[in-house]
Amino acid sequence: MRHGAFLILASIVPCLTAGAILAQDAPRLRGPDPFTREIPPPPMQRQVTDDVRVRRNYPDQPPVIPHSIEGYAMDLNANKCMSCHARKFTEQSQAPMISVTHYQDRAGNTLGGLSPRRYVCVSCHVPQTTARPLVENVFTDMDAISEPERQPERRTR
Amino acid sequence: MDLTRRTLLKTQAAAAAAAAANVALPASAQNILTGEDLQLQWSKAPCRFCGTGCGVMVGVKDGRVVATHGDMQAEVNRGLNCVKGYFLSKIMYGSDRLTQPLMRMKNGQFAKDGEFQAVSWDRAFDEMAKQFKRVLKEKGPEAVGMFGSGQWTIWEGYAASKLLRAGFRTNNLDPNARHCMASAAVTFIRTFGMDEPMGCYDDFEHADAFVLWGSNMAEMHPILWTRVTDRRLSHPHVRIATLSTYEHRTTDLSDMALIFKPNSDLAIMNYIANYIIQNGAVNREFVEKHCNIRLANTDIGYGLRPENVLEQRAQHANDAQVSNPSSFEEYAKLVSQYTVEKASELSGVPAARLEALARLYADPKIKVMSLWTMGFNQHVRGVWANHMVYNLHLLTGKIAEPGNSPFSLTGQPSACGTAREVGTFSHRLPADMQVNNPEHRKHAEELWKLPHGLLPEKVGYHAVQQDRMLKDGKLNAYWIMCNNNLQTAPNTNNETYPGYRNPANFVVVSDAYPTVTAMAADVILPAAMWVEKEGAYGNAERRTHFWHQLVNAPGDARSDLWQLMEFSKRFTTDEVWPAQILESSPEYRGRSLFDVLFANGEVNRFPVSEIDPAYENRESKAFGFYVQKGLFEEYASFGRGHGHDLAPFESYHQARGLRWPVVDGKETLWRYREGFDPYVEKGSGLQFYGNPDKKANIMGAPYEPPAESPDAEYDLWLVTGRVLEHWHSGSMTLRVPELYKAFPGAVVFMHPDDAAKRHLRRGQEVRVVSRRGEIRSRIETRGRNRVPPGLIFVPFFDASQLINKVTLDATDPISKQTDFKKCAVKVVSAATADAGEQP
Repeated sequence: MRHGAFLILASIVPCLTAGAILAQDAPRLRGPDPFTREIPPPPMQRQVTDDVRVRRNYPDQPPVIPHSIEGYAMDLNANKCMSCHARKFTEQSQAPMISVTHYQDRAGNTLGGLSPRRYVCVSCHVPQTTARPLVENVFTDMDAISEPERQPERRTR
Repeated sequence: MDLTRRTLLKTQAAAAAAAAANVALPASAQNILTGEDLQLQWSKAPCRFCGTGCGVMVGVKDGRVVATHGDMQAEVNRGLNCVKGYFLSKIMYGSDRLTQPLMRMKNGQFAKDGEFQAVSWDRAFDEMAKQFKRVLKEKGPEAVGMFGSGQWTIWEGYAASKLLRAGFRTNNLDPNARHCMASAAVTFIRTFGMDEPMGCYDDFEHADAFVLWGSNMAEMHPILWTRVTDRRLSHPHVRIATLSTYEHRTTDLSDMALIFKPNSDLAIMNYIANYIIQNGAVNREFVEKHCNIRLANTDIGYGLRPENVLEQRAQHANDAQVSNPSSFEEYAKLVSQYTVEKASELSGVPAARLEALARLYADPKIKVMSLWTMGFNQHVRGVWANHMVYNLHLLTGKIAEPGNSPFSLTGQPSACGTAREVGTFSHRLPADMQVNNPEHRKHAEELWKLPHGLLPEKVGYHAVQQDRMLKDGKLNAYWIMCNNNLQTAPNTNNETYPGYRNPANFVVVSDAYPTVTAMAADVILPAAMWVEKEGAYGNAERRTHFWHQLVNAPGDARSDLWQLMEFSKRFTTDEVWPAQILESSPEYRGRSLFDVLFANGEVNRFPVSEIDPAYENRESKAFGFYVQKGLFEEYASFGRGHGHDLAPFESYHQARGLRWPVVDGKETLWRYREGFDPYVEKGSGLQFYGNPDKKANIMGAPYEPPAESPDAEYDLWLVTGRVLEHWHSGSMTLRVPELYKAFPGAVVFMHPDDAAKRHLRRGQEVRVVSRRGEIRSRIETRGRNRVPPGLIFVPFFDASQLINKVTLDATDPISKQTDFKKCAVKVVSAATADAGEQP
């Protein structure tokens, strides 16, 4: 069914680089065809919970969260993320400590703990689902430009 | 030291062996980069997404963007970005980028019912010119139009405004910002006589209380939210009150969450005004000295098609914008009916919580920053809602000083800079001028060096009206740039799509990616995006911010600016201007629109040699002069000396943006206040100088019900909106794998009791049905949004679940902005056989 939808799209728009569309879920990018049709939604995707670190695309990219955060409190009373990622808990939790940048206030002064401006972890760090990308992204890692021969295999989920 | 790749590989192997043998080798043998390989070229740019206007540093290597990070020197965000901003590096690299023009063809000819085929720019422009000329000849300028964008750069919007108004002589130009903040823009003018906030983001560090009206800042303006939470968590006396129709990440971090029934915010604000008056908290001196009191026309309809019964029934549907001078006593009498009991009954918010909120405004010692976005602006009484919050600040004099700040947040990166300041609305010209004001038109004609009487006076079709006129076959040649309107307009199945596919119409879409809108067009033009062109944006705090072109666009993709200017070469004045104007100004005869609009001695004044040699500039190379500078300087001449002063062009390539008016090289942080704003006369203390009498308007208006409310059959409120990870229709963010995987598809956020009542489980497939259309989606009873019983929330980023097939095309009758926040729907299991007929 999904494959069929892909073929229909490809045949209607021969000049849109059909090969680039990875999935099945092309309507998510371009809409149903025809526009007036209603299509069933794909199943809801499961959270990635394998706790395996994912390589960053560049040094300043906030790492994605390799576990579920469902039900985590992040309110005026509690920040659940810090119960593992705060400096003092990382030994027990073996979770990565929050970045040193997260101790700095707006003026760049270092504080004794998590800076209030960094309190909402999920503004930058997001969990991942097992959804397969809709379309390939051809962003090039800076290392691949510098040293094209020396690239480790990238893990694919 | 010269190390070839092969020897590097060898030395690395040697290093591994040495490490195993516990022997140290020289550093050059390690598996790290050195010298040249380490270097990236870093340049500044504003973020491509929301209206916050964060500064970003962009790292380029070998002609590709390879890294981005928050700009430490940018005052807005001081080194932070949200997750979308951090992934800007990848937005240009979706592998389905459009790289060549596409046209619907059959047998080698353009055909509305043909299939898309790649064509050259010449071929595409030839067909476009043919079609636009045909429509202009057959039907005149009113049948031609353009739908632009708050994501256009300043010069793109400016060039479009010139081409449409002065070239094609139509005001049928509107930006998608109409869907976004027209209510805010219109009310600024109605209240202060000048658009845009008096305060700025520095208010975040001065306020004692933040009141959010219909704004989920934690997801929609995450970096501004960092400034709010920073203030709240660093200063224990600070309070956050959030008004919303459901709970979300912002209410999680608020001291007070007031969950109200849709549209009843009007009653709450009138109650607070009443509380302020009843408790003697009115700043009498301020009101007498600086305010006029007016009462708005009431019963003003819902901006639906005129034949709709709701419009027929409304007393003032045709003069909704009219208000009349009144007195403080009359105003006090109007709001006196909004007792706490009445406000509580209408809104569903407990009286004690309403009183606690009212005290924040009434207490003269508490500095209050009110913040609002789409909950207020996308509102059938959006203009009134904006007025009502200004009323609270004006009654108490809590305005135009650090920390006391009614502040309208914006959704698009240049909604302020391009849509509002440049004036790409169907009723506006640059610097707050209006098309129906003969003096304003004359001034524009002079600055544009165009013949007198050329500019059309009739206000053009606004966004929703454009869709209706396309459907009705009255708007026939249409160009959509830099937006995805078929996904984001309301009631699309009935009011938008039919117009695009109407055989009488010719529709062009310029975009970087094949969007829903592009797929419904007749011609698709591939666009350069973000740092593929030199650009300028204006953010929500009046900050104008520039960037250089850092990389080339792929294939034949070209910027909207190039497209607009190049297309103008295909028209001559004789073809598009009335004979009468050419008779009285014969020097304009037979010239191309490019000549009279862009090679006019102003726009082409600066040579390409003035471009920073470190950067490419494709448009300037194509046209032979520094296009961006010429357009900017001509545009800036509208505002300099009139309270909209922009700094010299070059200074913006250095600074991380500057807040206008920039007078004598100095930004203005708080307008209208002596000591902060150079336009305020000495000794006056404060002047709302946008109005001739230098006073602001307190505008009285009542609560009125929404256009559509739930009933026995359509028994739920539908609220639409965004999620943190996706920006608007998702055409960029869905192509970034990390953002896509974080939130891969739209869901229906529903209260668990509502789900149970309908025998629905989390994850189950459902149909969301209104009187207009339906989508198929899945139920979510957990997660970041917690809706009350009787209300669902569905985001609009997912093109496979086009929730705007379901929404209602009701608008604020004054601002013409759609209400995307309330209509009536039902939710039924997709598996239920008797789920109802197709509407």
